[in-house]
Amino acid sequence: MADVMNSHATTSGTHGHRALQHHFENMEQQREAGTLGMWVFLVTEIMFFGGMFLAYTLYRSKYPAAFASASNHLDITLGALNTGVLILSSFTMAMAVYFTQVGKRRPQIFCLIATLILGLTFLGVKAKEYHDKYEDRLIPGYLIPGAPFGPAVQKEGEPPDHHKLHLLPGATVEQVQMFYWIYFAMTGMHALHMIIGAGLLTFLLIFSIKGRFDPEYHSPVEVIGLYWHFVDIVWIFLFPLLYLLGRHFEHG
Amino acid sequence: MPPGSKTVKSIRFVILNSPCLLFVIFVPLVANISMRPIEYYEPPVPSKVNYINAQYGLKSWLLTRDHKRIALLYLGSITFFFFIGGLYALMIRLELLTPQGDFLQSATYNKVFTQHGIIMIFFFLIPSIPATLGNFLVPMMIGAKDLAFPRINLLSWYIYLLGGVVTIYALLAGGVDTGWTFYTPFSTTFSNSYVVATGLGIFINGFSSILTGLNFIVTIHTMRAPGMTWFRLPLFIWAHYATSLIMILGTPVIAITILLLAFERVSRVGIFDPALGGDPILFQHLFWFYSHPAVYIMILPSMGVISELIANFSRKNIFGYSFVAFSSLAIAVFGFLVWGHHLFVTSQSVYAGMIFSFLSFAVAIPSAIKVFNWTATLYKSSISYDTPMLYALGFIGLFTVGGMTGLFLASLAVDVHLSDTYFVVAHFHYIMVGGALMGYLGGLHYWWPKITGRMYPEGWGRFSALVIFVGFNLTFLPQFVAGYLGMPRRYHAYPPEFQVFNVLSTAGASILGFGMLIPAIYFVWSMRYGKRAEANPWHLPGLEWRTQSPPPTENFEVTPIVTWEAYEFAPAEETEVIGKFKPELEQI
Repeated sequence: MADVMNSHATTSGTHGHRALQHHFENMEQQREAGTLGMWVFLVTEIMFFGGMFLAYTLYRSKYPAAFASASNHLDITLGALNTGVLILSSFTMAMAVYFTQVGKRRPQIFCLIATLILGLTFLGVKAKEYHDKYEDRLIPGYLIPGAPFGPAVQKEGEPPDHHKLHLLPGATVEQVQMFYWIYFAMTGMHALHMIIGAGLLTFLLIFSIKGRFDPEYHSPVEVIGLYWHFVDIVWIFLFPLLYLLGRHFEHG
Repeated sequence: MPPGSKTVKSIRFVILNSPCLLFVIFVPLVANISMRPIEYYEPPVPSKVNYINAQYGLKSWLLTRDHKRIALLYLGSITFFFFIGGLYALMIRLELLTPQGDFLQSATYNKVFTQHGIIMIFFFLIPSIPATLGNFLVPMMIGAKDLAFPRINLLSWYIYLLGGVVTIYALLAGGVDTGWTFYTPFSTTFSNSYVVATGLGIFINGFSSILTGLNFIVTIHTMRAPGMTWFRLPLFIWAHYATSLIMILGTPVIAITILLLAFERVSRVGIFDPALGGDPILFQHLFWFYSHPAVYIMILPSMGVISELIANFSRKNIFGYSFVAFSSLAIAVFGFLVWGHHLFVTSQSVYAGMIFSFLSFAVAIPSAIKVFNWTATLYKSSISYDTPMLYALGFIGLFTVGGMTGLFLASLAVDVHLSDTYFVVAHFHYIMVGGALMGYLGGLHYWWPKITGRMYPEGWGRFSALVIFVGFNLTFLPQFVAGYLGMPRRYHAYPPEFQVFNVLSTAGASILGFGMLIPAIYFVWSMRYGKRAEANPWHLPGLEWRTQSPPPTENFEVTPIVTWEAYEFAPAEETEVIGKFKPELEQI
C-alpha cells in the first residue's frame, strides 16, 4: 500500500461535480453504479411478477375455455388504447432522457410532462375498466363485501348483452372467477407500479424545473426511465395474455 | 410436583451435573494464562477520531449514511429479535419436557413454534451476517469508502424495523398459528389468527433483504479499489456476492406469494382453493421456491466467515481459493433447483421427486468442497485456538453433521419416514445454529476489535464457545434419534417413549441459553472496559486490518492500491510468534 491516490481527480476541480457523492471516485463510477443498481432492481421485479405469470400459465392451460370466455368479456378497445398510451409514454420518456443528455431543458421538461400525462391517462382508463367490472359483479370473492362475485350469465336465445358473461363450452363460472382473481392481482400490481412511477416522474419534473440535471449528471432521469420502460414491458405482456385470448371464438 | 415425576428427575439431572460446568470454567482460565503472548498487553492506544466518535447525538446515528454505523444499528435490532425468538424456543422446550401437553394449550403451542420460526428465520438468521458483518466489512475488504448506495442501506434498516414492528404487533394482537410455512388451505381459509398482519410484516422485511443484496452486488462490481481484482477478493466477499444473488432473485418470489396468500384470505377465494379449481400445492411450490434458497442465504455468509477464520487463524493461504469461490456461486445456482425436496410427500410426480432428489445430492457437493478445502487448509498449518477459531472448528464438525443428515432427507424413500419428524428439526438446527450461528459468533469475535476498538475477554470467549458447543449438541443430537424413532414435529404432546430424548434436549437448551448469555454480557462489558485494540491485533494481512481500530468514517485515509493476493501471509521467519507450537522455528 505505497502510492497515494488523489481520490477526487476530475477536471472540474478538487471536489468534482456538485452531485458527486463522497464515496465515489468520479461521476462515471457513480453513473455506472446507479445504472447497475436499477438493472438489478428490475431483475427483482421480474421475479416478483414471475410468480403471478406462473399462476396464470398454470390455470390457463388447465381451463382454456373459461379463460377465453373471461378474456372475451374484457373491453379490448380500452385495453388496446392503454397499450398505445403506454408505448407512446415510453417514447416520450426515452426522449426526455435524450434531451437531458444533450442539455435541452425545455424539451426535456415537455417530454416528462407528456409521459406523466400519458401515465395518468392509463390509470384513468384502468379505473374505468375496474368500475365496469364492479358493476358486472366480476370482482372476485368478497373483496367488495357488498358486491360479491356473481356475474349475470348469457343464456341461449337471449339478445346479446355486453354486461352478461358468455360462457364457451366447457367453461364454468368458478373457473372464470379464477381468471378474474388473477386479472385483478396482475393488473392491480401493475397499476400500483404505475402509480409509483407517476410519483417518481413528479419528483423528476420538480428537479428538472429547478435545473438539477445536466449532461454530466442525468443519472436519475436515466434510471427512472429504465423503471418506466420496465412497467411498460410488463403491460405489453399482460395485454395479450389477458385481453387477446380466444378472440376467434367470439363473433360479436 | 410429585417427587418421582419426570420433571423433577430432569431438574435433578441438571443440578447433579453442574460440577462438570465448574470444571469447564477453570480449565480455559488456567490455559489462558500460558497461551497469551506478552505483546498482547500493550499500553492503550491514544484515541483518534473514528466512525464512532466522529459525530455525537441520536440524529447522527439514526440518520447516518455510514455503513459501519448502520451495521451497529442492525446488530442491536437483530440481537433484540434473537432474544425474542429464543424466548419462544424456551417455551417450546419447557412444554416438551413432559409427554403431556400441560404447559401450553395446543393452540398456543402452535403459535409459539410458528413465531419461533418466523422471528428466527426472517428477523434473525437471514439478515444476521450480511446486515451486520457484511455491511461493516464489504466496503472495507474491497478498499471502498462506503457501499454504493448509503441511503438505501439506511432505508433497508428502517424497512427491517417497520417489518419487525408490524410482526410484533401481530404477535401481541394474538399471534399466528400456521407454522412459519403458512401452508394453504389452513392459512387462507381456516386459521383464525393474524395471518395477513404477520405476512405483511414478513413482506416488508423482504425489501430490506432485497436492498441489502442489491447494494452488495453493485458495490462489489463497481467499487473495488485499484488492484483489487476478482480473484484477490477475500472469500467473505465471494460468499456475500453469492448470497446477494440469491437475495435478489428469491426474495421477490416469497413477496408475491405472501401477497397472493393475503389476497386470497381477504377475498375468501383464490388460486390455492380447490373450490375454484385451484391447487393448495401451488402455494407450497411458490413458497419453497424462495424458502429453499433462503436457507442458502443463511449459510453462505457464515461459510464466508469460516473461510476467513480458518485461513487467518491457521496462518495459511486457503487451500483451493478458486474452488471455494466458485462453490459459493454453485451453491447459489443449485440452491434454486432443489425446492421440490420439501414436497416429496405431497403426491407430486415421482419423476419430479427423482429429479429433485438427484439435484439435492448435487447441491451438497459444493458445500463438501468447502469443508474439504478448509480441512486441507488446516493441515500442516500453525493453528491458534482463539475464540473465533473454536467457533470455526465447531462449525466444520456441526455443519458436516447437518449436511450429511440432509442427504438422508434428500433420499426419497427415507424421507417418507423422516418427513415431519424431529429428524428434520434436528437437521436444520444443526445447519442454522451449529452452522450459521457459530459462524456469526465467530465472526463477531474475530472482527470485534476492528468494529469497537476493544478486545473481548479471551478466557470467557473460549469458555462460552465450549459451553455453546456442548449445550448445542446436547439439545439437538437426541432430536435426531427421537425423529428417527418416529416423534412428529409440531406436536405439543407426544408418546411417553420419547420423553428421555426431550429431557436431554431441554437440558441442553438451558446450557445453550446460558452459553449464549455470556457473550451478550461480555461484549457489552468490553465496549467500556475491554482492552483497547490496535489496528491489527491478530497480525493478519487482510485489507480491513490495515486501517485503525475502530476505522475512521472514510475507512482508509488514502485509497489503497492492492498489490497482494488474498491470504498472503508473510513467511514464518518474518512472522511474530503468536501460537505456542513452532517446532521448526526453534531450529533457526
